[in-house]
Amino acid sequence: MRAVVAIARKDLLVELRTKESVPAMALFAVTTFVIFHFGLDRDRLEGELAAGVLWVTLLFAAILGINRLFVAEREQGGFDGILMAPIERTSLLIAKSGALIVYLVALELIALPVFALFFIDEGFWAAVPRLALVTLLADVGLAVVGAMLASIAIHTRARDLLLPILLLPLTVPVVIAAAAATKPLLSIPLDTSGVGKWLAVLALYDLVFGLLAYAVFDFLMED
Amino acid sequence: MTVPVEPAVEGSQRAGAESITYAVALDQVVRHYGERVALRHVTLRLEQGRTLAVFGPNGAGKTTLLRMLATLLVPHEGELRVLGHVLPRDAHRVRPRVGLLAHEPLLYRDLSGRENLRFYARLYDVEEPEARIAHLLESTGMTTRSDEPVRNLSRGMAQRIGICRAVLHRPELLLLDEPRAHLDPEAAAMAELLIGARAGVTRVLVTHEIEHGLAEADQVLGLREGSVLIDAPAARLDPRDVRALYGAAA
Repeated sequence: MRAVVAIARKDLLVELRTKESVPAMALFAVTTFVIFHFGLDRDRLEGELAAGVLWVTLLFAAILGINRLFVAEREQGGFDGILMAPIERTSLLIAKSGALIVYLVALELIALPVFALFFIDEGFWAAVPRLALVTLLADVGLAVVGAMLASIAIHTRARDLLLPILLLPLTVPVVIAAAAATKPLLSIPLDTSGVGKWLAVLALYDLVFGLLAYAVFDFLMED
Repeated sequence: MTVPVEPAVEGSQRAGAESITYAVALDQVVRHYGERVALRHVTLRLEQGRTLAVFGPNGAGKTTLLRMLATLLVPHEGELRVLGHVLPRDAHRVRPRVGLLAHEPLLYRDLSGRENLRFYARLYDVEEPEARIAHLLESTGMTTRSDEPVRNLSRGMAQRIGICRAVLHRPELLLLDEPRAHLDPEAAAMAELLIGARAGVTRVLVTHEIEHGLAEADQVLGLREGSVLIDAPAARLDPRDVRALYGAAA
């Protein structure tokens, strides 16, 4: 736990100083909403289209942050320092996942109000508590899978290309479940039936991929 | 071409059963990167408390050897023991007892020197970290610049912080790759207390400074294209023997 806190704290401190990930993710999301706004030529979205626009945008914005998750270690040499330290390698996975969840929550705090401003006419704020639960469960899944795959991609020359290729297929279930859980919340009138089932799917995904990442991360970090 | 010198440790002492008494013991270690062989059947013994200088031209396998001792690379053949433990099996027992000063100082540029040291102190669970950090910064003359981001420091100053990081957890085995690189004479003298012979720990020193390396070392390993060409006590070697490793470039 000591190492997890130390690594996550270091990551957040570096991000606070450099502002390299979260602002880029937020700017990307806002820009994408603008493109959808004009591309679809619609002032208002609801139901499955609104959910789809929201989750595709959040997923692609998340990829920017995931791509940079291990960059400081790679470019500044800290990887060897961490790998040589007498800590469980999984501390790195947990810390990186934790830092990424913070990035994603920060992204959503900016992106969701902007999304509502561009596309939602009414009822958005009533859906926010349940929407927060959906995004949190989706964030955990994205963060765990993202941290695991970023640790693989960072060792390759084409990491910017490799990461989305590896990540997107594995996160299809997250997008399906998150969009399905969000669809009734962005419908008029607000409809919460069926949300629980998709929340359970997201929780199951988090559990399965969390355990998988925990099991293989030591191996991924080996020479 | 270098003529092989007699080994620093007699053949009868090379049995694997005795390697537990050595800080570093390699038996026929091979390491390759794809098709390229970086180390070819390297056998080596280094007693505790002694200093091994490793010489060789670029690509000789020096850094590979250092990274294997640091638990960052695994041998593909042969047996490797560090501080009595077999690697990679017992890497978790070795890591708290080894310090590495590599080409890069392993520091985060956006954190200050002090923040970097605090970070590593947490990873190594260093006792009384603030006092230890203050002592090391004082020892390297970096106290006044320790709160600046590392990116603002000169390469030599970053190297001084890197030295603090390498010895922060009081390692028993120091792995030093060109430790005096970028240091001015005053800084090199300061660093001597932490990573020099007076530090009183086992050291593996990779260097191209032949005279200095020979003066520092008890034992010398000369590598070329991954093969051991010199394994001898430093006192028996002439700088010309080592220069011959470098061929026409020497």
